[in-house]
Amino acid sequence: MKSPILQSASRYLLPILLLFSVFLLLRGHYYPGGGFVGGLVAAIAFVLHSFAFGTAESMKMLKYKPSAIIPVGLIVAAIAMFLPVLFGLPVMTGLWIEEPIPVVGMIGSALLFDIGVYLVVIGVVLTILFTISLETH
Amino acid sequence: MELLLVFLIGALYASGVYLILRRSMVRLLLGIILLGNGTNILIFLLGTITKGKPPVMAANLEVFEDIYADPIPQALILTAIVISFGLTSFAIVLLKRVYALLGTDDLDTLNTPQEEDI
Amino acid sequence: MLFTILIGLITSCLLIPLGKYFRSPVSVALALLPVILFGYFVYHIPQVSSGETLYESTKWVPSLGINFDFRLDGLSLLFSLLITGIGSLIFVYASSYLKGHPYLDRFYGYLCLFMSAMLGVVLSDNILLLFIFWELTSISSFFLIGFNNDSAVSRKSALTALSMTGLGGFLLLAGMVLIGEMAGTYSIGELINASGVITEHPLYPLVLGLVLMGAFTKSAQFPFHFWLPGAMKAPTPVSAYLHSATMVKAGIFLMARFTPILGGTPLWSYTLLIVGGVTMLYAAVHSLFRTDLKGVLAYSTIAVLGVLTFLIGLGTEEAFIAAGTFIIAHALYKASLFLVTGVIDYQTGTRDITRLGGLRKVLFPVFVAGTLAALSSAGLPFSFGFIGKDLIYEATLTAGDPLRILLTVVAVIANICLVAAGFMAGIKPFAGALPTQFADVKMPSALVWIPPLILGLSGFALGCFPDLAGQYIVAPTVSALTVEPVEFTLKIWHGFNTVLLLSGITIIAGTVVYLFNKPAVSKIAFVERFNSYTPHYFFQKSWITFRRFSVWYTGFMHNGFLRSYLIKIIIFAEILLIYELVKGGPIYIDYGKLIPVSVHEGINVLILLGAIYLTVTTTSRLTAVVGTSIIGYAICLMFVFYSAPDLAITQFTIDTLTVVLFVFVLFNLPSFLVVAHGNRSIVIRDALVAGLFGILLSLTAIKVLQVPTVKDISEFYGKFAYSLAKGKNVVNIVLVDFRGFDTMFEIVVLSISAIGVYSLIKLRLKTSEKD
Repeated sequence: MKSPILQSASRYLLPILLLFSVFLLLRGHYYPGGGFVGGLVAAIAFVLHSFAFGTAESMKMLKYKPSAIIPVGLIVAAIAMFLPVLFGLPVMTGLWIEEPIPVVGMIGSALLFDIGVYLVVIGVVLTILFTISLETH
Repeated sequence: MELLLVFLIGALYASGVYLILRRSMVRLLLGIILLGNGTNILIFLLGTITKGKPPVMAANLEVFEDIYADPIPQALILTAIVISFGLTSFAIVLLKRVYALLGTDDLDTLNTPQEEDI
Repeated sequence: MLFTILIGLITSCLLIPLGKYFRSPVSVALALLPVILFGYFVYHIPQVSSGETLYESTKWVPSLGINFDFRLDGLSLLFSLLITGIGSLIFVYASSYLKGHPYLDRFYGYLCLFMSAMLGVVLSDNILLLFIFWELTSISSFFLIGFNNDSAVSRKSALTALSMTGLGGFLLLAGMVLIGEMAGTYSIGELINASGVITEHPLYPLVLGLVLMGAFTKSAQFPFHFWLPGAMKAPTPVSAYLHSATMVKAGIFLMARFTPILGGTPLWSYTLLIVGGVTMLYAAVHSLFRTDLKGVLAYSTIAVLGVLTFLIGLGTEEAFIAAGTFIIAHALYKASLFLVTGVIDYQTGTRDITRLGGLRKVLFPVFVAGTLAALSSAGLPFSFGFIGKDLIYEATLTAGDPLRILLTVVAVIANICLVAAGFMAGIKPFAGALPTQFADVKMPSALVWIPPLILGLSGFALGCFPDLAGQYIVAPTVSALTVEPVEFTLKIWHGFNTVLLLSGITIIAGTVVYLFNKPAVSKIAFVERFNSYTPHYFFQKSWITFRRFSVWYTGFMHNGFLRSYLIKIIIFAEILLIYELVKGGPIYIDYGKLIPVSVHEGINVLILLGAIYLTVTTTSRLTAVVGTSIIGYAICLMFVFYSAPDLAITQFTIDTLTVVLFVFVLFNLPSFLVVAHGNRSIVIRDALVAGLFGILLSLTAIKVLQVPTVKDISEFYGKFAYSLAKGKNVVNIVLVDFRGFDTMFEIVVLSISAIGVYSLIKLRLKTSEKD
């Protein structure tokens, strides 16, 4: 499926889609979106790239194996989960930075948790699809 | 509209059950996906469906002023959709594996397992 | 008292790692354990015989009323002494009898386990606790009968014994729970006080039946006796210990224990009298037809158990005295006879009475032990058996008038056969000329002939000083049964009376029967002609039928076809749903509450239905996948219509990814997989089942719509979304904040599925590499 049109299109689509996925992730607390959706969109971006250039190429571009993203995401989520314990609060209590940040809004441990979810979803989806794809080609 | 959804649920369940009773593994998998969809809609229906009122507050408000769609079934279904992807992918790979070993997707060839088939 | 039980259990457990050190003759050291326990119980004799009952309690499951409550009264003491006393001799005997056996340590493990369990049965003051130990004796007996597990007959006998005693135990438990429900307590002490409540309860006959079934199966009463002769496949020390002296008497113990609780009614008395009477006659006569020494002993044991049941059923103080005395007498002489048989078997390699003879010349000490036991069994003066037999006759003669003669006659006939059986087992192998094949039989180690000799001699010691046992052991036992202090003296000489006359008749007639009854194979053949009428035969028949049924049922339910499992599960679920729907009242639709259908929604549903139809009916895999993905996208549209933007995006992306997944996998499978749809009738059947399931689910959904939704939690989330979680998209807040834990676990599950996929693909199995 190495058509030049798809290749050049996906070359530009990849960063746009990734940006969109981050956008979905960050605004998830206020508008439809969030870690799951953002992660899935990001995964689709990479899958599109792999359709255009081949999975091996996408893997090369990622530098890291997608399966390595999973534990990172889990750790980030776990940190968000246990961060309140350091402040003497129960696990999973929401912590917030006082001043809102433009575009993103309030920043707190919930966002950190969502980032963890985002990473795990990307990692899981890409691990599954890339493993299968590499196996069959 | 609810009645249409009720009918739809029935159709999804019936077709799902019919498909999982087939001999083909692919059909079994499709049946499971249909059953999952049916369940999602069932949960969705139970939370009383609402038109045009997503459970998202307007930017200038801090509490809802109007009725809004029930967020709990939505959160449940969102989880279910994502998990079902995990299930489907695992099942597909399993199917592929079985096919690679036995050269068929006929479930009936699986019922006499032998040491070397595992 | 708890320690007496624990010490055996602990030893049994310790033998698992340390067993290898006890496979040698060192194993005789293990006999110290029962000896110490015996000493402990002997030490308590004075206290108990003065009428005291010792209690001890340790908490275990207080909420269920099960604690380690123990009591040591006369009845417990009698049995504890038997268990530990005879146990000590058996432990010594076994170390030599099973010398060099590769599993000697295992044998001792089972034996310790059994001893503990048996002590638990007799010491428990709580009927549920008693039951637990009761089952433990059945299980340890199972292991011991099947000890020679490479023999099919052994294994079969063990299973028969376990299934009979297990069945009885099951019924016993039911009976005990009923008793507990009636009286509101499980403690034996309190139950004795509540005896009236139980015997007058309308369910009393049921309770009685259940408890007695437990006792009868354990004590091998007719018609459940047949497992006991089979149990003789166990090594001889086991037969002596479990299947003669102790375990089979657990049933007798149970009846004695429950005498003050359930006894005293005509139903109780007549049941025990009839069952006991039939058992003792049936088994006593049967014992004369055996040629296997152990077979003779097995049947005579059953007969004695019948006598004991009979005596407890009689229910008079005399009967209890007779029972208590006879238990001791029988345990002493029967264990001794078994041990003697074991020696003979070991040294000559046969237990066939028709071939044995003259062994007194080569096995003199064993001959002495056997003779002493046989004489005690025959009830000669100065043996303890004599006292026992006298007391039995006294009990039957003083019984109520209409039955007096009948009972006495039954007792005399049974005893005559027992005398003959005792002589056959204890004297016959030693009498007459020595066959040449046994001329060079060696004397065994002293460890195997001293225990039976001790047993035989103590039978005579107690026969000379009967009141030693009478005052210290039998009297407290009887008072435990009658729940009041008892005074009596056991005497050797009662003067010339009817009892003495009957004793004389018994001995003479028994000797005559012994002399004229030549055991022979032809007689066994004669007995075997009636085999198809015996309870054992019926048991085997039902066993076979049950197994056939099991095979059929397993084949039907568990046939290896996934579809077949699924359809059964689905049909069962349908039946449940139908039941619920029928029970749940009328189904109606509140049209006023429904949302009107707009055109685009209608079209969307039509597309969905079309896609479903396509997916189900198509014969092309590609079409089916396309159909499924259309379904997914249409559902995604529906989420858009009904205010679920998050769901819509998720469904859309997931659906896309699923299609990609199918494309990756399925398109690489060679050519299209044509799988036969099966024949028409199966298709129709499945369609009906599936259609019914769909209809039921639809009805259920309508039913749910009738019920107003509870929105408390949703409203809580809506109200506090901003103030607590500083967000405005409630779905996302539920996911990452309110129910963050669930999400955490969800991503863990997702990671696991990724690992699963990864390993399934990367995993290289040997065979697939070969392919």
